[in-house]
Amino acid sequence: MSEGMIEFRKEFFADERDDTLKEIGRPTRRQDILGHVTGRSPFYDDHLFQGLLHMRCARSPHHAARIRRIDTAEAERSPGVVRVLTGRDVPLNLNTLLSLLDFGIDDEPLLSTDRVRYRGEPVAAVIAETEAQARAAAAKVRIEWDPLPHVLDVEEAIRPGAPAVLDVYPGNRFVYHGTYDHQKLRYGDVEAAFRAADHIVEGRYQMSPIEQAPIETCGAIAAPETNDRFVCYTSTQALFFSLATTAKVLQTPSSRLHFIGGTVGGGFGGKVDSVHEPLAVLGAMLTGRPVKFMWDREEEMQVGAPRGAERWYIKDGVMRDGRIVARKFTGYFDSGAYTRLTSYAVIKAVGHLPGPYTIPNVHADVSCVFTNRTPATAMRGFGITGVDFAIEAHMDKVAETVGMNPIDLRILNAYRDGDMKAHRRLAKNCALIECCQVVAEKAGVQLSNASRAASSRQGGGGDRALLPAYTALDQAGRVSGFEGGSYARKAARSRPAPQPVPPAPGPIGRRATTQPPPQSAPQRPRAAEPPPAAAATPPPPPPRQGPIRFSSLSGFRRR
Amino acid sequence: MPKKPVTFMLNGAEQAAFADDGQNLLDLLRRGVGDLAPKYGCGQGGCGACTVLIDGVPHLSCLVLAETVDGRRIETASGLAGARLHPLQEAFMAHFAAQCGYCTPGMLMAAKALLDQNPRPSREEVVEAISGNLCRCTGYEPIIEAILSVANGGARA
Repeated sequence: MSEGMIEFRKEFFADERDDTLKEIGRPTRRQDILGHVTGRSPFYDDHLFQGLLHMRCARSPHHAARIRRIDTAEAERSPGVVRVLTGRDVPLNLNTLLSLLDFGIDDEPLLSTDRVRYRGEPVAAVIAETEAQARAAAAKVRIEWDPLPHVLDVEEAIRPGAPAVLDVYPGNRFVYHGTYDHQKLRYGDVEAAFRAADHIVEGRYQMSPIEQAPIETCGAIAAPETNDRFVCYTSTQALFFSLATTAKVLQTPSSRLHFIGGTVGGGFGGKVDSVHEPLAVLGAMLTGRPVKFMWDREEEMQVGAPRGAERWYIKDGVMRDGRIVARKFTGYFDSGAYTRLTSYAVIKAVGHLPGPYTIPNVHADVSCVFTNRTPATAMRGFGITGVDFAIEAHMDKVAETVGMNPIDLRILNAYRDGDMKAHRRLAKNCALIECCQVVAEKAGVQLSNASRAASSRQGGGGDRALLPAYTALDQAGRVSGFEGGSYARKAARSRPAPQPVPPAPGPIGRRATTQPPPQSAPQRPRAAEPPPAAAATPPPPPPRQGPIRFSSLSGFRRR
Repeated sequence: MPKKPVTFMLNGAEQAAFADDGQNLLDLLRRGVGDLAPKYGCGQGGCGACTVLIDGVPHLSCLVLAETVDGRRIETASGLAGARLHPLQEAFMAHFAAQCGYCTPGMLMAAKALLDQNPRPSREEVVEAISGNLCRCTGYEPIIEAILSVANGGARA
C-alpha cells in the first residue's frame, strides 16, 4: 500500500492502547499476489478436465407463474446434449440457506417443478458437450406457463389481498421464531416522547438493489473422483455453507464431497448462495463426467442475488437544542422471492438501531418482505449500510430543522462510553465524537465550543446508563401456526441430549449459560412504571452481558 | 463441426491448435492450449479481463475469432515474467494493485501495451489505456500508481 494513504491519529485514546503493534500501519504484501500478477492464481474455472460438460438453465420469463408442463424431449434430442435435469432429479428439492443454522423454513427449490416466483428462476438444467450446445438446447426446453399475479413492491406485498409469493409465508413476511412477522425493538415510550418534543421530523428513504458484480461470474465445476467421491471447484466465499447445502439437497454424506475453494474472483458478499455447487455435483453424479455450471454475465446481473432494496420510514422527536428524544423506525427489506439471507439481514439491522446515538426512546418494526423480485442475499455490511444511509440522511434533515451544523448535531447525540444502548447493552470504546472532530477539521467546518470540547469518554454513563423506567410493549404482528422448526432442529431432536459443559471463566461459550449473568446496569424502581401496564407485563429478563457475535459457521455466539 | 488449424506464436513459443467453428480466442487459449491467464468476465467485450496483445496491440480475446490469429504473435500475462518478474508485475505487487486478482492479467497486458508504445505516459494516458479494463476491488488508484511508477523509471530496468 502506498505511503500516506492512511493517516494514523495516535493521539486519540493513546492511554488505552499498547502501542507496540508490529503490522498495523505498515505496508504488507498479500500472500496471494504473486499468483495474481503471474496469472497463476487458481480460480475455479482454471482447472481443466478432459471431457468437461457444460450446464445451462432454462429460466422463467415470468415474475410469477404456475408450470403446467415441462417438455424436455426436444432439448434432449439436440446435438451434444447428454442429460437434462429437472426438479424431479433433485433428491431434496427444497432448501433455505439458514436452515443450516437452525433458522428459517425451507422455501426454495433448486429447480422449480410447479411454480416460479421470479423472472429468471431456473426450471431445467441442460448438460451438453459444449457451452454453445447447452445454450441452444436450453432454448428448446418447452414450458407451458399459467402466469400468476405478481407483486414487486414491499408495501404492496403486505397489503391484504396481495398475491402470496410463498405458500409458507401467506402474509409475504418472514416469521421470526414462529412468533412475529417482523423484528421488534422496544425501548422506552416513543409516543409519549413525541408529545413532549419540540419538533417532529419524518423521512422516507428508499435504496435500490445493488449487484455485487464480481468480474469472475459465479460458478462451480464438479467431477467424479475414483473413490466414489465428487470433487467440486467453486467460486464460493462460503465453502462449508456450499458443502453442507450440497450434502443436504443431494441427500449425500458430506464425506463424499471434496470441495475446493478459496480463490474467489471478487465476491463482495454475493458468492454465498450455494446454487451452483449442488447442480454441478448432481450433474456429475448423473452423467459420470465433469460438469461445469457457470453463469454468464447476463445471468450474473439478472438472476445473481443482489444486496436487497430497503425502504425505511424514520420519525424523530427532537428538542429545540438538537437533542433527539425519540426515534421510530418502520423498515421493509425486499427479500425477493425467497428468504436466502434477508431474514438475517433484518436481525443485523435491528441490532444496529438507532445508529450510534444515545436516544432514550426507540421503537422499530422491521420486516423481511417477499416480492416477486430476484432473491436478495449478502453484500458487504448488508443490513447495516442501507439503514445507515437512511439514518445519516435523516440526521442532516434533523440538523436543518433545528438550525444546527450537522456535525454539531451528531456530536451532541453521539454515544459516549457508559451509555445504555437501545438494545440494552452499555456502549464502550466509543469514537464517533473524535471522528466527527477530525472530519470537521479536515473539511474546514467550524464546530461549536461544546463540540470541540466533547469527548467520548466524558458525559456518558450515570443517568444515561439507565434502562427506561417504562417500555411500551405490544403484540402487533403476532402470528400463530408457525413451527419454528427447521432442518437442523429436526435433526437435533433425534440426537442425544448434549453433555453438560464445565462453566467457562468469564462470559464466553454458547448462549445457553447455566445461570443468568448479573445485571450490567442499574434499573430505576419499578414503582416509576405506570401501574396498569406494569401489572399486565412481566418484568423483562435481566440484560445479558457480553456482545453477541454472528458467525456464518456457528451462528450466534456470545464472546 | 469443421475445425481449422491455426499456428501462432504464444509468448515467444510456437503453438499449433485447432479452432472450432466460431470459437473465440479466449476459449482457444484457455481450453485449446491451456494458457489460463486471460479470464472470462463478460464474453461481450465489456470488462477487459481477457485482454491479450496481438502483434503488440491489446485485443479483447473474447471478441477475436480464434481462426484469425493464424501467423500472429500473441502475448498473455503468463509470458510476462522471464527469469525475473516484469517491472509491471513488481510494481503491481508493491503498490497493492491487485485484490481478488481476476482482472489483473488483463490489466497488466493493457499496461504493457501502453508502456511498450509510450514509455513515459502521463497519468491521463495511463487512465485512458486501462479504461477498457474493469476492476471491482481496488478503485483503480493503486493500479494507476503502479503503472506510473514503472513509467517513471522506478522499477524499470
